[in-house]
Amino acid sequence: MSETELADPLMTAEHWKAAGRTVAIATVIQTWGSAPRPAGSHLVIDGEGNFEGSVSGGCVEGAVIGEAQDVIADGKPKMLEFGVADETAWRVGLSCGGTIRVYVERLG
Amino acid sequence: MRIETLHALNLARHARKAAILVTDVDGQGEQVILEGEPVAGGLGEAVHASFRTGKATLVDIAGREVFLNVHLPPPRIVVIGAVHISQALARLAPVAGYDLTIIDPRTAFATPERFSGVDLIADWPEDALSKRPLDAYTALAAVTHDPKIDDFAIGEALRCGCFYVGALGSRKTHAKRMDRLKQQGLSDGEIARIAAPIGLDIGAASPAEIAVATLAQIVQAFRRRDIVTGG
Repeated sequence: MSETELADPLMTAEHWKAAGRTVAIATVIQTWGSAPRPAGSHLVIDGEGNFEGSVSGGCVEGAVIGEAQDVIADGKPKMLEFGVADETAWRVGLSCGGTIRVYVERLG
Repeated sequence: MRIETLHALNLARHARKAAILVTDVDGQGEQVILEGEPVAGGLGEAVHASFRTGKATLVDIAGREVFLNVHLPPPRIVVIGAVHISQALARLAPVAGYDLTIIDPRTAFATPERFSGVDLIADWPEDALSKRPLDAYTALAAVTHDPKIDDFAIGEALRCGCFYVGALGSRKTHAKRMDRLKQQGLSDGEIARIAAPIGLDIGAASPAEIAVATLAQIVQAFRRRDIVTGG
């Protein structure tokens, strides 16, 4: 499984932090329906919006990256929920019809 | 997440140790639990179940939401014997997502020409496996037919709790092998875990077909394992 070593978000997060960058880690903690990425999937984001990994296969990454900037700034973790029911709240939805909860926390 | 927590988790993953990151989503507490570490109470039961299934899960512990993220080592295959079957297996394994290492002390067999781009160790299993130990997330396939090379590795794989142990050879050959393994001090129960003759019964005839049957049997053993006990 050399693929996991090539793009390993948790290794990336540690390297970024060691290089002095600010980092947030987003984790899928719950899914309903046909969510594209399983619970446990990570997206790591730095203070400039660079990212590695995925929480949805592309549908909601942009919103998570935006929220991550607040988390990096104030250090308070956030619980985000995406799905059909919350489309109006977040203005992003999962095209597959599933729902996911994403926990975003600052590293360090 | 504290940087120390992430570092501990990454160290465990790098060392091929199964680990669970426990995050208290409400209270922001967190800890890394390695497989085999005692954990009391309701959390202990949840941790035990997560190591078994390998699936991340959100659980309720005393009214608090706690997320268990399981990190199991990627499965790998160690082949004893740099033979024709191994050449095919070395090409098939990466397609199925398995890292693969071949060990054979016979330098006429274990040549870079025959195994271009393959992780190949031209040494005795006794020496090679002391440097790179087997573990519960490793499959071992012994295919040399030579007891001097195969037997130690098979015994070691059973002792380390490899999720799959397969050995090439007819039923008659295997009956003799079982006698020798008993003399190594292995129990009947341990010896019964050996897949022999090696591979799923698909009527494999050629070395490449035996490699396909063996890889399929390894995938089956990994996906259907009940519980992985630490090595």
